[in-house]
Amino acid sequence: MTREYRDAGYDDFLDALAAGEAYYLEGPDGDGFLPPREVHPRTGEELAERPLSDAGEVLTYTRVEVPTPQLADDAPYVLAVAQFGPVRLTGQVHSVDPDDVEVGMRVTADVGETVTSGERMVVFRPR
Amino acid sequence: MTGPRVAGVGMTPFGKHESRTARDLFAAAAQEAIADAGVEHAAVEEVRFGNFMGEFAEGQGHMGPLAAEAAGVHAPSTRIESACASSGAAVRQGVMLVQSGQADVVLVGGAERMTNLSTADATEALAAAADAVWEVRPGMTFPGAYALMTQAYFAQYGGTSEDLAHIAVKNHANAVENDLAQFQRAIDVEDALEAPTVCSPFGLYDCSPISDGASAAVLVSEEYAAEHDLDAPVAITGSGQGTDSLALQARVSLTQTTATERAAAAAYEEAGIGPRDVDVAEVHDCFTHAEVLALEGLGFYDPGTAIEAAREGETTADGDLPVNLSGGLKAKGHPVGATGSAQISELTKLLEGRHVNSDAVSDSPGTVGLTHNAGGTVASAVVHVLEVVA
Repeated sequence: MTREYRDAGYDDFLDALAAGEAYYLEGPDGDGFLPPREVHPRTGEELAERPLSDAGEVLTYTRVEVPTPQLADDAPYVLAVAQFGPVRLTGQVHSVDPDDVEVGMRVTADVGETVTSGERMVVFRPR
Repeated sequence: MTGPRVAGVGMTPFGKHESRTARDLFAAAAQEAIADAGVEHAAVEEVRFGNFMGEFAEGQGHMGPLAAEAAGVHAPSTRIESACASSGAAVRQGVMLVQSGQADVVLVGGAERMTNLSTADATEALAAAADAVWEVRPGMTFPGAYALMTQAYFAQYGGTSEDLAHIAVKNHANAVENDLAQFQRAIDVEDALEAPTVCSPFGLYDCSPISDGASAAVLVSEEYAAEHDLDAPVAITGSGQGTDSLALQARVSLTQTTATERAAAAAYEEAGIGPRDVDVAEVHDCFTHAEVLALEGLGFYDPGTAIEAAREGETTADGDLPVNLSGGLKAKGHPVGATGSAQISELTKLLEGRHVNSDAVSDSPGTVGLTHNAGGTVASAVVHVLEVVA
């Protein structure tokens, strides 16, 4: 951690993910969202906390060559959006050759750290 | 009633002005717009000014008053921030002020200073338009975000880097004669395909440049234009705005832009037209594939079918629907807070027959143009319909 403060909801999620207890917020129609949220982002309806699926699937990915300064020493890295049940996460894909990442790849979510600053973040690993 | 008239427009050349502050750039664009409108400075009743990264790039917030001062206008002034859609949203605020009867003369516009930053710092500043925790922490950049949408589109519908290259080639070709454009230089498909990778599948020519610049327009009520005998044949007949979840991951679709669809639906309804009535468009091509998303979101093409539009010549200057005759963000440049009102400036000139590329557009009454300005990964979208009414 390079920050001297926590972001409630986000850091709580990372703590839970590291402990194998990740969760998301489910709306009345079964759609899912990431915390922190008080209500459904499009309808204002109430949300309920549900356990996050262990099994994710890469929906899309890119290999980033030109990063922000916060990830200067991380680049190049593969960034992906993956589907976990009704909710999606954005994270770096680790523990795999970048050339082997493809849409549809099965992954799990984990907590990793950036090379540049040690900041915690969501990472995906092949399942 | 035809809607607010675009009485005057102004725009600095887009490109590198690294020693000029945003206020300095806006002063130039605003003076040109006010002079073009033929109104007195004192006639301006409200100012709406778009800027995205003033705090980051030049340590400057609270730019509403600064913009009014720079313009020489002593009137209420507010900065509008909606990332790259900031000045499109500022134009829309001006339209609503005139439509509601709150004001008869409004100065709208925007400015951005970017090239004083390093590429890495500009990348960081632009990334602030994404979700700071869920997206930016693991490494989202703006080229990266649009690359994610592009890869999802390719997986769902197909498409190639060569298709994207044709969009860059088209927009560079349109900018060759435009003295306000950052890149007055033609490229070919091979140039685009052989350029260094920024983030797969995007090479350098898939990305709009880092730019400085400003743009402005004077909007007046129809009654004011008539009473003061202003030469203002272009009216804004429709205005719409759409909002989506900020984070790409939270969207219903990774390949369709709901905010654009909503903004377009509202603008079309107000103008009493549909997408097939549009003769010419300036759309938000911050990346080549962004033009594809725009053309589909605006209803010009069905989902999954606009990827070959440039390659097939349908959106080139001599095509059925010329898109980005100014050069677009890709070649004209993209000083982000100035882009939305620059689209208004360029399209107004195109429709009035006084743009270098006006030959591709009829200036006869009834000709319809459209602007589409997007913020972030299209979490914000603003659409305006402009018509030649006199």
